[in-house]
Amino acid sequence: MSLGPDKFLILSAVLFTLGVIGVLLRRGAISILMSIELMLNAANLAFITFARQFNATDGQIYVFFIITLAAAEAAIGLAIVIALFRLRDSTDVDELSLLKW
Amino acid sequence: MESIVFIVLSILAVASALVVILPVFRNAIVSALALALNLVCVAGFFFLLDAQFIGFLQVIVYAGAIMVLILFVLMLLNIHDERHLGPSGFFQRFLGPLLAVGFAAIIVSAALLPATGTSFDAAEEEFGTVNALGMDLFTRFFYPFEAISLLLVVAMIGAVLLAKRRL
Amino acid sequence: MKELLLSQPVFTLYTIALVVICLLTGVALMTWVERRLSGVIQFRWGPNRVGPMGLFQPVADGVKFFWKEDVIPRDAFAPVFVLAPALAMITALCAFAVIPFGPTIELLGRKIPLVILNVDGGILFALAATSLGVYGIVCAGWASNSKYSLMGGLRASAQMISYELALALAVIGVLLVSGTLRPVEIVAQQEGWFWNWNVFSGWQLLGFLIFLVAGYAETNRLPFDMPEAESELVAGYHTEYSSMKFSMFFMAEYVNMITSAALAVTLFLGGYHTGLPLAEWGLSGWPLWIIQILAFVAKVGFFMFLFVWVRWTLPRFRYDQLMALGWKRLFPVALANLMATAVLVALDLTGR
Repeated sequence: MSLGPDKFLILSAVLFTLGVIGVLLRRGAISILMSIELMLNAANLAFITFARQFNATDGQIYVFFIITLAAAEAAIGLAIVIALFRLRDSTDVDELSLLKW
Repeated sequence: MESIVFIVLSILAVASALVVILPVFRNAIVSALALALNLVCVAGFFFLLDAQFIGFLQVIVYAGAIMVLILFVLMLLNIHDERHLGPSGFFQRFLGPLLAVGFAAIIVSAALLPATGTSFDAAEEEFGTVNALGMDLFTRFFYPFEAISLLLVVAMIGAVLLAKRRL
Repeated sequence: MKELLLSQPVFTLYTIALVVICLLTGVALMTWVERRLSGVIQFRWGPNRVGPMGLFQPVADGVKFFWKEDVIPRDAFAPVFVLAPALAMITALCAFAVIPFGPTIELLGRKIPLVILNVDGGILFALAATSLGVYGIVCAGWASNSKYSLMGGLRASAQMISYELALALAVIGVLLVSGTLRPVEIVAQQEGWFWNWNVFSGWQLLGFLIFLVAGYAETNRLPFDMPEAESELVAGYHTEYSSMKFSMFFMAEYVNMITSAALAVTLFLGGYHTGLPLAEWGLSGWPLWIIQILAFVAKVGFFMFLFVWVRWTLPRFRYDQLMALGWKRLFPVALANLMATAVLVALDLTGR
């Protein structure tokens, strides 16, 4: 079996789908954040695959920025979760319904 | 040899992703550890694809810092989570995965287009090395680089302010 | 068959086996050295019952650990409880893979570089392995299901990730001066007289001191060993561990110490070079190589001696003092060192 971009892309698609299922199925805020990290990683894998296929380092630079952005987003997301936990003593996202009419 | 590594790593990656999204052990900490394993597997894929610097960066930053941060928050807030939290309703339980699988079908069919190619060309000598990335980062991508350092400062200030008890 | 046993990948396996055996033997020796040297510093006998000068004490310790009862607490989360010491040991052993412990020797008609992994991002591999070392402690602290273990584990991991920053910045100073990430090339640039070492002519004295302090904090050694201090938290994250699992943590800590010392020697003190231009003076072949390997071992041994000496000299930091030191004092100093080194390299004053 020779490794080719199609195999890596299918793997990236599978990981991305698992991330989407995680976001849709889970109710705890941090679990949703972790599923989002899964999706970001799948996208990273796709970027690196294309960078290797077209022999351009652009894809790797984009992944460099995505990893940095994921760090910033995880930090702020967790700060929000901490603030919400202090308010409601649980991380259930179904309880965040104050703005519903 | 590379195919064996690819098969083993992909089985590990998919299995750990399943542990992350399904409430297998009913424990958020086990999900976080499984996600860390998934990140290390993806770093392994990066090494297979000649992206050595990005692979190391993934392990140091993503698996070594971000996941530890998530683990800290889980342990300090004592979030045992998920023992009583299932999907929110009838439709979410079935419609969600159905839509996700439909989305996956679209992506996989796009990945299997003939334009994708079934094998890689030989890599150049200096592809993916620190030198090549550094040259690109500080010449062509200079403005995004500076912008992202600004973004990191904003994120730091925001995170500290959001998590304070008293402003 | 003979071709297979002498092929290049199998030689890497031999090097790996040699490194692991030497590391674990070094760990066993280190336990004896620590207890004996502590005795000398504190004006008492160390272990002197088992064998001449107590030299078989590590063997006795090993036998004791082997036969002790292995307890897993009832409410502990068993899979992660068992995984944690394995994680700590694996990451500790992996970090040594990129360190060149000797020159390129010629054996059986082929050149063998005495380093396991000579990849382009060499030093990053060591940093990645130390980053992953946090997981062993976090898992151990959480899986023990005990207040003391959890607090000790969280404190230890927070301390480790805080001082990783200062460590990485000190390393980046060396990378700026050397212009390469491969430890083999960093060592090759430091040959000749001892003033060619990075700590002197590379202007990295401040970087070396920062690396040393951060290395002490990374390995949880005094004066930074609040997470495992006996009078503070019972035994921190390894309170609930016994016998083989505890000895895994114990050995992982010593392997981390040896790796820290080896990194400091490689980056700042010339690696396996002796500090005298022996190659220029005509020495070559096996005598030179043996002397260089012994020089590396001697330098690492000196740092081990320094670890034990500092342990019994300085008092322990309180946890908030420790974190304040890491973030408010060491990190800005490391940044200033980086900027000064960058200016020196840009103005071409380093002479490399």
